[in-house]
Amino acid sequence: MTDQTSSGSFDWTAPEFAARLNKRKRSQIALKLAGLAAITIAFGMLFLLVASLISTGRHAFTQTFVQIEVFLDPAHIDSNDPARGNYRQVLTDTMVKLFPDVADDRAELRRLTTILSNGAQFSIRDSVVADPALIGQTVAVRVPVSDPYDQLNKGLIDRETPEANRRLKDDEIANFDLLKELGMVSKPLNRWLITNADSRFPELAGLKGAIIGSFYALMTCFLLAFPIGIGAAIYLEEFAPKSRVSDLIEININNLAAVPSVVFGLLALAVFLGWFGMPRSAPFVGGMTLALMTLPTIIIATRAALKAVPPSIREAALGVGASKHQVVFGHVLPLAMPGILTGTIIGLAQALGETAPLLLIGMNAFITSAPATPFDSSTALPTQIFIWADSPERGFVSRTSAAILVLLTFLIFMNAIAIFLRNKFERKW
Amino acid sequence: MYDTPASGKTAVTHEVKIAARKVNVFYGDTHAIKDVDVEIEDKTVTAFIGPSGCGKSTFLRCLNRMNDTIDICRVEGLIALDGEDIYAPSIDPVQLRAKVGMVFQKPNPFPKSIYENVAYGPKIHGMARTRAELDEIVERALRRGAIWDEVKDRLQEPGTGLSGGQQQRLCIARAVATEPEVLLMDEPCSALDPIATAQVEELIDELREQYSVVIVTHSMQQAARVSQKTAFFHLGNLVEFGETGQIFTNPHDPRTESYITGRIG
Repeated sequence: MTDQTSSGSFDWTAPEFAARLNKRKRSQIALKLAGLAAITIAFGMLFLLVASLISTGRHAFTQTFVQIEVFLDPAHIDSNDPARGNYRQVLTDTMVKLFPDVADDRAELRRLTTILSNGAQFSIRDSVVADPALIGQTVAVRVPVSDPYDQLNKGLIDRETPEANRRLKDDEIANFDLLKELGMVSKPLNRWLITNADSRFPELAGLKGAIIGSFYALMTCFLLAFPIGIGAAIYLEEFAPKSRVSDLIEININNLAAVPSVVFGLLALAVFLGWFGMPRSAPFVGGMTLALMTLPTIIIATRAALKAVPPSIREAALGVGASKHQVVFGHVLPLAMPGILTGTIIGLAQALGETAPLLLIGMNAFITSAPATPFDSSTALPTQIFIWADSPERGFVSRTSAAILVLLTFLIFMNAIAIFLRNKFERKW
Repeated sequence: MYDTPASGKTAVTHEVKIAARKVNVFYGDTHAIKDVDVEIEDKTVTAFIGPSGCGKSTFLRCLNRMNDTIDICRVEGLIALDGEDIYAPSIDPVQLRAKVGMVFQKPNPFPKSIYENVAYGPKIHGMARTRAELDEIVERALRRGAIWDEVKDRLQEPGTGLSGGQQQRLCIARAVATEPEVLLMDEPCSALDPIATAQVEELIDELREQYSVVIVTHSMQQAARVSQKTAFFHLGNLVEFGETGQIFTNPHDPRTESYITGRIG
């Protein structure tokens, strides 16, 4: 559409030209704004997600404790068999000492003892079993309060709500406030979130089992998928003759990367658990399942990294009489390693967040101890989140968010390593 | 041990290092080299000239079986090094490439130290038994590559940190480190500036005393400067082969004349 005048020269000052120029400028600005808007929306969503997680999850990073003086009454605890003592009674006696006026009313007394976590008796039992000499003495212990009182202390139970609709009644709140006035209530950082395994009681539930389970599963996944993936990629990229068969394999690998993870879970259920009779809920089996999923990712990343090594390096090595094997292992693979590692870490990060296949092999079981070996029953971080999200107790709401934050921290950490490796070893040719 | 084909009417003399007879190369269905006969002499620089895509690089890469790495490439005919067919089943292409060294168009040092670049070939062929022997080989190769004086104080620095011309001379040093008998150079100066080009050309002239050098070049001036024999390729055919002086002053074939006077190419 050239607007030529009769003389053959172009009139750069014509009004149509100015109009066209303006139009072009406007569309450029519009494109820029659209891009900015897209980024703003994306970041807004991300911010919303993280902000909502932090606002609910932050409550799980502290835990309310109450400091009590417990008399380890020999009448309730047999020093010959401290493990079978009546620790519940010991705690009830402690509470009676604090609230002498309710001592006669058994129902009131029972309500009073619910201030303490149900797990308190077990932690006292454990310390007595460890040191039976404590029997007969009065020890100061700090025990977690039960979930409703924890919620109250964190301000999650509204005192203005009519008593009938409130989880804690007026007198219960008064009892707790009394303890608070006595300076017995504290709210330290909740390291038990990391050091405890799962529990039915939210105040005691932690992620230790899930973290160790995820670690075992990822290690298994890495140890299987990394060598197999690199081996397969090297063969396909460097040695396989280009034929219909290798094309078919290539297409299938690319398709495998797109298969929904739940399908791998079903496969693992049928093959690993069904045929081979491997243990249910074991991180080792979970890792094998995740390896199936990660394998295509690693193969594709490795092939891309091998392809990115310039042919001049291969030629240089071939030119001085290196064999194919020497070229690949001496030159191409070391140069491709950063790319391979980056792809592997991203694949592993993906595997860390994967839930569906682990659900199918039973890693969503309720297990209250951390696995000692990769063959013990365990949960993993994403399945733990799944379990907690499914639990009715109020305390699990914040713990679910907290667990998600822990998982996200691990993911960010792994991706940061991947970016670091990429930047550190990136090579300019 | 001479293994010349058929009648023996194509007598192979001692002078001839590489003899090619009726060489045809195919890339898939493309007929890239057509019935090429050529004899490359020892202690001589032979230049392959011709327009882009004429097959001169393809033919050069047949001489050390670099084309083996390309799946769809097929070589027919006979290429003999010292009378021995290099495509015979008994020949190991890996060993052949140590005897027929190659320098590429773009300087391609390994991303390793200068020392490692040169030492790599001798190492994988087990040419040195001790570190001292290896040091000696490296120094000798770098001296032959006319780069020793420039790098002797920084052998442990990466080879990729050198200038383009130095990198190319390093690649030449790397190629001569395995004591080859023939040195193939595929447009070794096309990525270099005129000063570096002059240094490399001077080096090629020195290398002629020990090796048979085959150089592919786009520059006719370069062919005229460095070579004693010149082969002109056009559309996969070897059009003319002879003394460089004769090719450039008195070409027999009209196509050669058109090319060197700048009418085709």
